[in-house]
Amino acid sequence: MERIIHLNVNSEDYEVIVRPRESLLDVLRNKLNLTGTKKGCNEGDCGACTVIMDGRPVNACLVLAVEAEGQNIMTVEGLAQGPDLHPLQEAFIRYGGFQCGFCTPGMLLSAKALLDENSDPTEDEIRKGISGNLCRCTGYTKIIQSIKEAARTMRSGQVDERMRANE
Amino acid sequence: MNNDKHTVVGKRIPNVDGYEKVTGSAKYTIDMVLPNMLHGKILRSPHPHARIVRIDTRRAEQLPGVKIVLTGKDTLGRKNGIWRSYRELCDEEILCRDKVRYVGDAVATLAATQEDIAEEALSLIDVEYEILPAVFNPLDAMKEGAPEIHDGCERNMNVYRQIEWGDVEEAFEDCDHIREDTFYCSSQAHACLETHCAIASFSHDRKLTLWTSSQSPYYTQVLLSDMLGLREGDIKVLKPHTGGGFGGKLSLDSAQYCTSLLSMKLMRPVKIVLSRAEEFAATKRRTPIHYQLKLGAKRDGTLLAKKVRAITEGGAYTALGGTALYLTGFFSSFPYKYPNFQYDGFRVYTNNEATSACRGFGAPQANFVSESQVDMMAEDLGIDPVEIRRKNGMTPHHEIPDQAVIQSCGLQQCLDAIKKYIRKRGELPPNHGIGVSAYGFMSGGIFNWIDTPYAFSAAMVKINVDGKVDLFTGATDVGQGSNTTLTMICAEELGVHLEDITLHVGDTSVCPVDLGAWGSRQTLMSGNAVKMAAAEAKRQLLEVACYYLKPNIVYDLNIKDHWIHFTERPYRRVSYFDVVKDAIRGKEGNPILGYGHYTPHGKGMVSPAYSFGVQAVEVKVDTETGQVDLVHITTAHECGKVINPIGLEGQVEGASIMAAGWTLTEDMQTRDGKIINDNFRDYKLLLAEDVPKMTLLEVDTYEPEGPYGAKEAGEGLTIPTGAAIANAIYNAVGVRIKDMPITPEKVLRALEKKAAEEKDSEQFVAAASA
Repeated sequence: MERIIHLNVNSEDYEVIVRPRESLLDVLRNKLNLTGTKKGCNEGDCGACTVIMDGRPVNACLVLAVEAEGQNIMTVEGLAQGPDLHPLQEAFIRYGGFQCGFCTPGMLLSAKALLDENSDPTEDEIRKGISGNLCRCTGYTKIIQSIKEAARTMRSGQVDERMRANE
Repeated sequence: MNNDKHTVVGKRIPNVDGYEKVTGSAKYTIDMVLPNMLHGKILRSPHPHARIVRIDTRRAEQLPGVKIVLTGKDTLGRKNGIWRSYRELCDEEILCRDKVRYVGDAVATLAATQEDIAEEALSLIDVEYEILPAVFNPLDAMKEGAPEIHDGCERNMNVYRQIEWGDVEEAFEDCDHIREDTFYCSSQAHACLETHCAIASFSHDRKLTLWTSSQSPYYTQVLLSDMLGLREGDIKVLKPHTGGGFGGKLSLDSAQYCTSLLSMKLMRPVKIVLSRAEEFAATKRRTPIHYQLKLGAKRDGTLLAKKVRAITEGGAYTALGGTALYLTGFFSSFPYKYPNFQYDGFRVYTNNEATSACRGFGAPQANFVSESQVDMMAEDLGIDPVEIRRKNGMTPHHEIPDQAVIQSCGLQQCLDAIKKYIRKRGELPPNHGIGVSAYGFMSGGIFNWIDTPYAFSAAMVKINVDGKVDLFTGATDVGQGSNTTLTMICAEELGVHLEDITLHVGDTSVCPVDLGAWGSRQTLMSGNAVKMAAAEAKRQLLEVACYYLKPNIVYDLNIKDHWIHFTERPYRRVSYFDVVKDAIRGKEGNPILGYGHYTPHGKGMVSPAYSFGVQAVEVKVDTETGQVDLVHITTAHECGKVINPIGLEGQVEGASIMAAGWTLTEDMQTRDGKIINDNFRDYKLLLAEDVPKMTLLEVDTYEPEGPYGAKEAGEGLTIPTGAAIANAIYNAVGVRIKDMPITPEKVLRALEKKAAEEKDSEQFVAAASA
């Protein structure tokens, strides 16, 4: 019943034994101890478990671990490069883009996926880009502002080279 | 008063928990795993009201991996309640022994090696119920002959509260115009992104450690101690980062209690995480309220008398509902100087999930109905809505007989700011409308529910040999940012940098007692305690510094940028680090310790201070569909000296949107007591796309009771949005919705009714003139 799958998470290769029904979210959290990715509803509604899988933001709770075989996955733990935070992380801190912080990892990855596609999104595009991520604390305003400021920073070329290499 | 000599207070300081929260390294209870840990689950009643005849746990116990199954018979049989001195209000067994009172009441709990085994085992527990007649509407539940939900509780009357001053009946005689209206405010789920969860670890030393998502680790500790028969000191509650609270993580919950019970039997750590569906169905929720309001005014708009009757739906248990009942009455008088006021509030048990504290604690409900009615009164009298509020609005140093002493109050300035904004906005497009609502809220409650002899807030500051400062506080950050606020207050008072301070929170075994995060209390109450502790530590340093600087007694010393110096002549100075070392030497090697505490005194029954504000919401109504879109929310909120503008803005924005969701889309739907939309697909929180532009207008005030003049800015902001939206809809398309939530269907129906009435009256006029 169980099988071995190979995942590349945050540029590291993992070999994991999974059960057929096990979600990518449970594998990340329970087997790889990457608990930055959060479980808010486990039914694909809240977006707290958003990770980037092969360039696309997905709800990790809706992806079976076996479906993720061979895929490149990025979680919140992969955003910072050593001591250097990703511009999105810097901006969320500076502009208050979180309160309780529980939706933050998913929010950051939805935002990253958006900026990877569109380096200069309008405010409406940002709203749309994070419309699958619920936040009960902030009223979204500071999150939208944080993403806008991060996009500006990234466009102005202040991005660390290593960061770019990773993208 | 608003001096800007502050070095930290008033600055835009990023949240001190930021690095952890944006990197995913912040640990929440849900993320934690202990060695040898088991997973627990809770079996919940599918019936709203039933007697438990028999529970057969044998099949579940035999499932491989299941370690134990417990029922109510395995408990001490005590009943939980926050009013420990009023036994009749301690009414929740948490794990039911004989009877279930709502769909979701816990009847058994079990622990297994794996979460899915635990889940499977639940289905193997066989419970035989004797179904009892149930009642879901408080208006039915209080009738003669309604099913009795708690033994001996006649007509399901849980709590009755009356507030009265002046003589309303006499005053109504003097009124030129009287309005009587009925309203209904709906419920709301707290919808914290982190569901309730706990890990309990009890071992052979008979000490319990509980990691949990909580707004008040101290309450959790005390209430668990009562329920489990352990001494408070044998229970250590640890609160890691917490994914939201909003009032929902204040009562002792089923995860905390069941993990503790299981761990005490098994001597192993047990973890329970509620599912999202359980979170909706089996925690607590905002109190729905039926109101009857009678408001009397003079022709010039002077509000002379107000009479309020509220029937609040209690659901199955008391929880913190008694306070919501009281506060919805008290805040029905806000923010006006009613010379005559009378409130009668009834909290009635029903067979629904219990209602309790939820951001605003009864005040948003009071405001929705009161501020809707004030607008209606203004229209009846032909007075501008802002002006009727100005005429009657509270001013500084206002006293409410036997209830409250209000010191600072910037309501009038807030009205000015909003009036200016509305004027500047000018002509609105068709089907747009702006509605306003004025409000006030408490900066912490003077409510000693659990009857603790400890101070309401306390803090300890310890200065170490390298000049680093340890700040210990029992204050609870659930996202609102108290960790940042309190670190800032400590840095300001002590004259050190933010980086010098290490915060120690969320551990009842080392942090001084604080009542936690509720009632918007921590900036003022915990802030005062931290300020006092820091001042005491600073005094000890200055004492030693005097030996170096030998100041004339008329001069003051101060600390800034790691120098202790003459306040007026900063160049006369000595190193902070040298003084710290000498101070420790002089104290026989003990670190420098400052202790601070705060308990409100002489401030009435409710709160030591009140914030005030006015909000204007612009909406656009689609007359074809009834859809209400938020266009702009503008808020003038006065909270005394702002400690951290980032925090304040975040509170205003978040609270307004939580309240807007409650008003427009968040509709807990039940069928026979079961919540049918127990997920985020069908229970609709507002999304980023629904959120309008928000503006915060600055209003300067100073509160003498608050640290540096600060007051609350947390729950209060949920108060005005409901009424402002309802008033805006009326101003946009002329329909008045008096029962929440304001769904497109209700708006559309009201528009159709209005059109029909207009047609009738046109026909009448045409017929009459023919």
